[in-house]
Amino acid sequence: MSADARGDRWCRVALLLMAPALVLPLGGGEAISRWSDAAGALPFLLPLAGVCAWFSWRGMAIARQGAVLVLAVALGAWGAVDLLHEHGIAGRAASGFWLYVLALWVAAWRGIDGLARFRSLDGRAQRAVNLLVPAAFGLWLIFLWEMVTVGFGVPQVLLPAPSMVAERFAGSLNLLWADFRQTFLKAVISGYVLGCGSGFIVAVLVDRVPFLQRGLLPLGNLVSALPIVGVAPIMVMWFGFDWQSKAAVVVIMTFFPMLVNTVTGLAAAGALERDLMRSYGAGYWPTLAKLRLPAAMPFIFNALKINSTLALIGAIVAEFFGTPIVGMGFRISTEVGRMNVDMVWAEIALAALAGSAFYGLVALSERATTFWHPSFRAER
Amino acid sequence: MVAMQEQLEARTDAGSGPLVVDVRDLSLTFKTSDGPVYALSHVDLQIAEGDFVSFIGPSGCGKTTMLRVIADLERPTDGQITVNGVSAEEARLNRSYGYVFQAAALYPWRNILRNVTLPLEIMGVPAAERRDRARRYLELVNLAGFEKKFPWQLSGGMQQRASIARALCFDPALLLMDEPFGALDEIVRDHLNEQLLQLWEKTGKTVVFVTHSIPEAVFLSSKIVVMSPRPGRVIDVIHNDLPRQRTLDIRESPAFLSVAHRVRQGLRAGHSYDD
Repeated sequence: MSADARGDRWCRVALLLMAPALVLPLGGGEAISRWSDAAGALPFLLPLAGVCAWFSWRGMAIARQGAVLVLAVALGAWGAVDLLHEHGIAGRAASGFWLYVLALWVAAWRGIDGLARFRSLDGRAQRAVNLLVPAAFGLWLIFLWEMVTVGFGVPQVLLPAPSMVAERFAGSLNLLWADFRQTFLKAVISGYVLGCGSGFIVAVLVDRVPFLQRGLLPLGNLVSALPIVGVAPIMVMWFGFDWQSKAAVVVIMTFFPMLVNTVTGLAAAGALERDLMRSYGAGYWPTLAKLRLPAAMPFIFNALKINSTLALIGAIVAEFFGTPIVGMGFRISTEVGRMNVDMVWAEIALAALAGSAFYGLVALSERATTFWHPSFRAER
Repeated sequence: MVAMQEQLEARTDAGSGPLVVDVRDLSLTFKTSDGPVYALSHVDLQIAEGDFVSFIGPSGCGKTTMLRVIADLERPTDGQITVNGVSAEEARLNRSYGYVFQAAALYPWRNILRNVTLPLEIMGVPAAERRDRARRYLELVNLAGFEKKFPWQLSGGMQQRASIARALCFDPALLLMDEPFGALDEIVRDHLNEQLLQLWEKTGKTVVFVTHSIPEAVFLSSKIVVMSPRPGRVIDVIHNDLPRQRTLDIRESPAFLSVAHRVRQGLRAGHSYDD
């Protein structure tokens, strides 16, 4: 699969797709545009064509070939964006343009596939490539989204182009920051801390007092089954319009996963390990601190990760039921009503970014804490 | 009847030093949904200071249960037991024994050094002394240089040696070992047996050792307790008069083989009684 003297088949396909694209019309409608009308975009195309031609003739080590292809595709994709926006074929893209996008697709596929096969003993290089592959893949999806929405002229109410969302995002940073502060920093964080904290404390109590295990766990189960759209308006009535009521919804959502996971985790320590503590004459607290809590950590982090995404969903949905005129959920619900779908998407992008960052942070601290767990051991 | 006589003998020929473990007419019955299981039935046993006692018998004969009763990890339903002259529970709370389990039972989130310091932490020994002692005992079991490793980075034999260091580091007078080398291959096992014997020589501790290997029992012990299942009971107590300084070669000597023969006979008697 590595160095291929016979040349790369996929690069030949990309080349074959690109050739007619140079002749066929780029944009249809009243005034047909061709590459000759868009000579300014040609420099973006040429490196890709050259690289594909070279690889069609003579292959290279697959990962290195992938890296070169991804770079060439990035340039070529920039050319496609340039064609759409600067050379007036937005909304009337024709066969030549789509063949070019298809050629990019084939080359990108081959490139990312090659990169994903990169194996190195150098941990840092491997980690960098491991990050690069999903990033390249994500960017490619956004690129396709841009091509389809702008190329076909999809109405922005249905689906705005990512470039439009990005523009709106950059233009409303102040508003987005205010929403982020209201929803994430106030409601989500405080609700998450309170919900996970109380879930944890109650789990330790439940574990200590058998009566609670029989009486409280089924009740907790009941609370977890409550629908959030039913609870949220009640919380607004109890705790008012501001972030406190959203935090309360988050508490209700995050409490139970933490409770159940911690109770299970506290039972996870093995019989031998417990006997060992007993043989030292260790009481309840030393056993909890030195054996049962560390053994429960993988379960606790499981709950923390589940809750990190649940909390954001809970806070955003809760804002649909009454809120001051700030907050991510509030913005989504009002801007949808005003058909400002690009703003809605900007909020969605913000929520995705914040949620992923939050999850990533929890996952990172999980790695640092439960490095000993079999699922992480290979990396040491 | 034979068993009863042997038990009487066992009571009379207890070792010379002061008694570390004194078990009188002890029974333990587990209540299960299938009815009672007689794990131990009317056991009498005396273990003197400095003895190396092996419990040997087929699985289900109660040898591990007996060890767990001495460690107060299991409570007898009948009879008396004293450890170091006090009840087993008091002995446990006094931290008077170190227990080595069938598996190493090292905590995977602690490195080897901190695994060995674990009992010292619980007993409130100052940090600097904890580290010194742990280092000393890791050296004793030939694990110097592995302090920073985590248990899962070590081989099974090394893990078990670390668990022995952990049992020794708070210097208990009594060492309880439950088939500690059962999961290891024969070569590692021979090696650890030799090391254990040297350790016993060096420290003069009382050791109670559970095994189902006749050569292991004969090679290690000063006294071999042969047990039999259903109900778990003591069949024979054999004094092993082989010199205390032993090398693996001794296993081919006639004296060794004759002790092994007597153990095997005892085990067989236990089975014929059953069938």
